[in-house]
Amino acid sequence: MLRLIALRIVSAVPVMLVVATIVFLLLRLSPGDPATILAGDMAGPDAVARMRVELGLDRPLLIQYFAWLGELAQGHLGQSILSKVPVLALIRDRIEPTLVLAGAAILITVLVAVPLGAIAAWRHNSWVDRAVMTLSVIGFSVPAFVIGYLLILFLSIRADLFPVQGYVSPFVDPIAALRHLVLPSLTLALVFMALIARVTRSSVLEVLGQDFVRTARAKGNREGRILWRHALPNAAVPIITVIGLGIAMLISGVVVTESVFNLPGVGRLTIDAILARDYPVVQGLILFFALIYVGVNLLIDVAYVIVDPRIRY
Amino acid sequence: MTTLNRRQALGLSAGAFLALGTRAQAQGRKILRVSPHAALRVLDPVTTNAYITRNHAYMVYDTLFSIDAQYRPQPQMVQDWTVSDDQLTYSFTLREGLAFHDGPSVTSADCLASITRWAQRDVVGRRLAAVTAAMEAGDARSFKIVLKEPFGPMLETLARPSSIPLFIMPKRIADTSPDKALEEVVGSGPFRFIASEFRPGVSWAYERNEKYVPRAEPPSGLAGGKVVKVDRVEALWLPSKQTAINALQKGEIDLLESLNADQRPMLTGPDVTVRRKPGPNASTIRFNWLLPPFDNVKARQAVQAVVTQQDYMDTAIGDPQSYQVCGALFGCGTPLETDAGFPDTGKPDTARGKALLKASGYKGEKVAIITPGDIASFAPLAPLTQQVLKSIGMDSEIQTMEWSAFLARRARTVPVAEGGWNIAHAVFDRIDLISPLGNMNFDARGKSAYTGFVDDPETEALKTQYQRETDPAKQKAIVEQMQRRAYELVFYIPLGTYYDYEAFRTTVTGYVPSPVMVLWGVDKR
Repeated sequence: MLRLIALRIVSAVPVMLVVATIVFLLLRLSPGDPATILAGDMAGPDAVARMRVELGLDRPLLIQYFAWLGELAQGHLGQSILSKVPVLALIRDRIEPTLVLAGAAILITVLVAVPLGAIAAWRHNSWVDRAVMTLSVIGFSVPAFVIGYLLILFLSIRADLFPVQGYVSPFVDPIAALRHLVLPSLTLALVFMALIARVTRSSVLEVLGQDFVRTARAKGNREGRILWRHALPNAAVPIITVIGLGIAMLISGVVVTESVFNLPGVGRLTIDAILARDYPVVQGLILFFALIYVGVNLLIDVAYVIVDPRIRY
Repeated sequence: MTTLNRRQALGLSAGAFLALGTRAQAQGRKILRVSPHAALRVLDPVTTNAYITRNHAYMVYDTLFSIDAQYRPQPQMVQDWTVSDDQLTYSFTLREGLAFHDGPSVTSADCLASITRWAQRDVVGRRLAAVTAAMEAGDARSFKIVLKEPFGPMLETLARPSSIPLFIMPKRIADTSPDKALEEVVGSGPFRFIASEFRPGVSWAYERNEKYVPRAEPPSGLAGGKVVKVDRVEALWLPSKQTAINALQKGEIDLLESLNADQRPMLTGPDVTVRRKPGPNASTIRFNWLLPPFDNVKARQAVQAVVTQQDYMDTAIGDPQSYQVCGALFGCGTPLETDAGFPDTGKPDTARGKALLKASGYKGEKVAIITPGDIASFAPLAPLTQQVLKSIGMDSEIQTMEWSAFLARRARTVPVAEGGWNIAHAVFDRIDLISPLGNMNFDARGKSAYTGFVDDPETEALKTQYQRETDPAKQKAIVEQMQRRAYELVFYIPLGTYYDYEAFRTTVTGYVPSPVMVLWGVDKR
């Protein structure tokens, strides 16, 4: 196991280098640059050209690339072209709301969707199954911003139960943090729940048809015990895979929820940086996301070994 | 370098600062929470012409002169001034009691250093610098600008609210090259910027400058007494307008700087006041003068013949109370307003348009209309223009891109096949238009000019003539000539002016109607 972890960490280095290179090139090759944004829409071509020189964007691409790699090798992600704040400080400042939101959404999802999916499989073709599947189709089909605004309308504006927007750190005020977290995490969880419920259902359904389940029934085990003790653990590998991928997707894809509820997370930071062509920030964030993907994949592999002793690396 | 303190950053997270605010409110401090039109990211007002940076600067810095509600320059930091009979020497004396936020008094040396830095970047400031023979400090509170030739719009230039206003900074900061963005925000204005609470793209805050000495006059536009009545202003960028409206209705914010006419009905109820903003926006069609077919004046005139502001405004804005047909290229309701040369009769002249297009030698080439898909105010313009072109038999395609790509594309002078363009739209605030020297639509220097690359040496000559003229009546006559020429040669086509709205809780009083959001005078019950 330790060998696996070490190997994965070492293999992450070339992955990160490839990601860094691709992002660097894509940014430079896409139209627009930070000089046009910084100079503003009333700037003439001379002002934009002057700004490009000031930002070093007039230098050959290779020189820019190696200068950035050199900084990266020393652990510097650079600083934002617009705000002059170090990229690392920006990410550090914005990661907490995203992690807290994604964490809460995953918690809700696992606590609700896995049991629902398992019950739907257990009661296959019953009204429970149909209800769960119908709800999952709805959860899948309705965009997150629609769910978000509906929750705000009914639970915040009309019922006055939760604030409309904003983020409070749980390290500052846990109660206020919880109040601010309920609506955004529900919004995010509803989409994710639909996916997990469906995957759980199909995995459990498959396991329920296997011989060892029939044997368990023949031995007189109760249905509940068969479901929770035998079927669900054996169906866990695909569920863990989807949850793991979902975690990575959530962290890098929370921008809509962050915008609707005004959470100052990395999703918004990414979109803002891309639109402003703030190269150092985009590059730093993509590297950060790549690191998260690598880390989550490693955790998934470790989890496989834990839930299924037959798996060996 | 701006650094973020982890604890402060956490505490100042949007919701957290609501909690902090509640505590402060309980201690008797008045906190005003505002949602501005954009996120603040760049702090140096000399390096960018972004409105949000300028608005931030008006809070923190003071100006020598400012425009009032009628767009006339009024003294602000200046107590009195004189101009010599030959119109070549301007002498200024500063008011007493002006001091920077870090302690020292504002001196004439600070003013001269600030003028020098600003004049290297602002388009009108550069013109002033070009005719300045010397700038001399007298005593600590007086200085002179000695000119090589008369510069008529001197006070208007020093009061200029756009694109880069002249803000006064301490000499030690203003001596920084304009090529290098400032990282320290120290002004002498009515509010102090709290650097430790600046979260780029999220939130920022100001505290009342207790030592500020306001003028005695009542506030008017950007001029008059800047009396601060709240202890603290917290600005929170809300990227979703719907969320901002919800937050205002729920009382989580006190003031929403900008919403468009369509969004106005969403704000109902007795707790919120919705008010038309005093400064309208002006939409325009810009042609690329370098490429066919619009390198030919007849092709531009053909489009002009079938464009009516009424049609554009009816379609794009809809509500007649929210728009105005306006032929004044230097802004309706401004000192230089004139209808000279305005050709829009309110009815498209399709026959004339077709005849002009034929005479231009148009060969049926496809015209590229570029438009930013992520800016709401641009959304209706491109499809409308495409219909207008179609009505005279001009083939076109709309190419949609995001803002940054749009700005980059618009600056390109190459043929369409190589990534160029034929038509782009632009939207201006009225205060961008009021100066004949600073109005970018009158930048007629060809390839070096503002996007569209208008090439007309005669207009450039008229601008110089205007600059040298000190008689207001003669200045106005020159402006009329400039406007006539712009219409004749079709520098661009104005599509009418429209108003956005501002909204605030009824607990907010004294919010000064101004083309730039200013928060002096505002009180909160």
